[in-house]
Amino acid sequence: MLAYIIRRVAQSVLVLLVTGFVAFSMFSFVGDPVENMLGQERTQADVDRLRDQLGLDRPFAVQYWKFLEQAVQGNFGLSYRQGRPVSEILAERLPATLELAAVSGLLALLGGIGFGIFTAIRRRGAAANVIMTVSLIGVSLPTFLIGILLIYVFSVELGWLPSFGRGDVVNLGGWSTGFLTQSGLKALVLPAITLGLYQMTLIMRLVRTEMLEVLRMDYIRFSRARGLRERAINFRHALKNTLVPVITITGLQLGSIIAFAIITETVFQWPGVGLLFINAIQFVDIPVMAAYLMMISVMFVAINLIVDLLYFAIDPRLRIDGKAGGH
Amino acid sequence: MSEPVLSVRDLVVEIPTRRGILRPVDGVSYDITKGEILGVVGESGAGKSMTGNAVIGLLDRPARIASGEILLTGEPIHHLKGEALRRLRGRRMGMIFQDPLTSLNPLLTVGDQLTETILEHLPVSRAKALNRAVAALDEVGIPAARQRIGSYPHEFSGGMRQRVVIALALCAEPELVIADEPTTALDVSVQAQIIALLKRLCRERGVAVMLVTHDMGVIAEAADRVAVMYAGRLAELGPVRDVVGRARHPYTTGLMASTPDASRGQRRLRQIPGSMPRLDALPEGCPFHPRCDRAEVRCRQAPGPSLTACDGRAACWFPMHQPEETPA
Repeated sequence: MLAYIIRRVAQSVLVLLVTGFVAFSMFSFVGDPVENMLGQERTQADVDRLRDQLGLDRPFAVQYWKFLEQAVQGNFGLSYRQGRPVSEILAERLPATLELAAVSGLLALLGGIGFGIFTAIRRRGAAANVIMTVSLIGVSLPTFLIGILLIYVFSVELGWLPSFGRGDVVNLGGWSTGFLTQSGLKALVLPAITLGLYQMTLIMRLVRTEMLEVLRMDYIRFSRARGLRERAINFRHALKNTLVPVITITGLQLGSIIAFAIITETVFQWPGVGLLFINAIQFVDIPVMAAYLMMISVMFVAINLIVDLLYFAIDPRLRIDGKAGGH
Repeated sequence: MSEPVLSVRDLVVEIPTRRGILRPVDGVSYDITKGEILGVVGESGAGKSMTGNAVIGLLDRPARIASGEILLTGEPIHHLKGEALRRLRGRRMGMIFQDPLTSLNPLLTVGDQLTETILEHLPVSRAKALNRAVAALDEVGIPAARQRIGSYPHEFSGGMRQRVVIALALCAEPELVIADEPTTALDVSVQAQIIALLKRLCRERGVAVMLVTHDMGVIAEAADRVAVMYAGRLAELGPVRDVVGRARHPYTTGLMASTPDASRGQRRLRQIPGSMPRLDALPEGCPFHPRCDRAEVRCRQAPGPSLTACDGRAACWFPMHQPEETPA
């Protein structure tokens, strides 16, 4: 098991090196930031000075090594646009994205598993059919459209919830949270639903399919023959057996919730890292883009690692170092 | 004789389909008394398992009990549903399935699965339930039961798993156990052990056992009485020695002849010509007549013979081995 973890961590490092290379390559191959930074009134001397300052005139390999060296220390250089350290800007923006992702992730997980079980157990019922039909909409409508529809209904027509921004935030030692104010909580509702709806319907459909599969297994039939209650059969026996594939997908989906919060953050002008990234693209602010890319890949790698470890917690058959079999 | 533990009377199971109603079980009647093993044999699709499932109330929809009675120690249970039926399952009747590899939940320890069953049915504390679980494993011959209680199913071999399954079926002390092909998925050497175990538990506890199998060898070894099923009906019902030794129904004779027997030294196994008719294409008259070399006009035209209409043992108009005494 320890060997397995070490192997997985080594693989993760390799993945990060590759994404690091891709992120860094942007410096060399995507546009020329100097043009943007200096504007129209510039001299060749200005350009050269800035190039020297940013290290853009050095050889590719040297630049890559310097990038890696600094990235490991959490230093991604200065933002071309704001002239401040990228890590500082990210740290400022990250709480907004993480809070949004956490709320929508929780929504997706609880709603997805709950509805999934319900539609599997009562698969012939009217309510289950309605949920399945609605979920089809959730799966097929693009995120931005859902966001705009929600804004139209709840902000424009009904006026219940704000259409953009985070509301009032409270600063807790460098972490700005919207959980503590009423306007902060209200502002969370629409973006969280927008971001979580797709994931929720996806998890729900997955749970339902897996659950229907498991409910056909012999051990479920045997549980019935032993006279166990339906609740025990559904939740204790069936649900646990659906969890391995569900956790795999859910883990990946939670990763994409953070990564692809970009669209939701743009629709709701949510001041998180996604919006920062979009603005960075418009300005060819490469250090910000590179740092964002690295941050997302670290998250994905970490989530995958956690998912793999969760398998061990759920399925005893994978714990190969267990007691010997009674053959 | 005391009241039978299980009485099945004219049981009919129906499956409505688009092309009409199928009857996988059609007018089956039998009793099982305390401490008795009734073997139910027949080909695949003869309705053996369906009968067992009907008794324990686990028919898969749309199959349903259409008519007839099922009495558990005299009380009718065929009309029970939901909660009332659930209380009987595990507590008063247990079931053992064919494949021990898939009958146990892979993610729960055998101890968890035993204690949850015991706690569901018996008014005991968790600690007592655990002790009973250990005793149950011990009784079915799991060595070092107390140490194995925390093991997961995959840590046991196939035969040991079937023992665990039997312990699970018996842990709330039911009066009736339905064993649906309990040895089919096991190695031959393990089969004998499992059969011996079933026989011992049946004798020691006085449990009534319905042993569903297609293996005549298992029947000869374990059963006290035998019910032979064909196309959803009982073909023959009687004490194992009579049915195996002096079969009256031509189908039983055919079944016996197609069982390999080393002592007979035959070179080629006999087989019954043809195959069992599909349920949606049952022939007129006796369902066996197209394959029967003794069939006469009456077999083709008269409605299918039943045990009661014939000599009480074989549902055949022209049974073999005519009894010396006059039929009842």
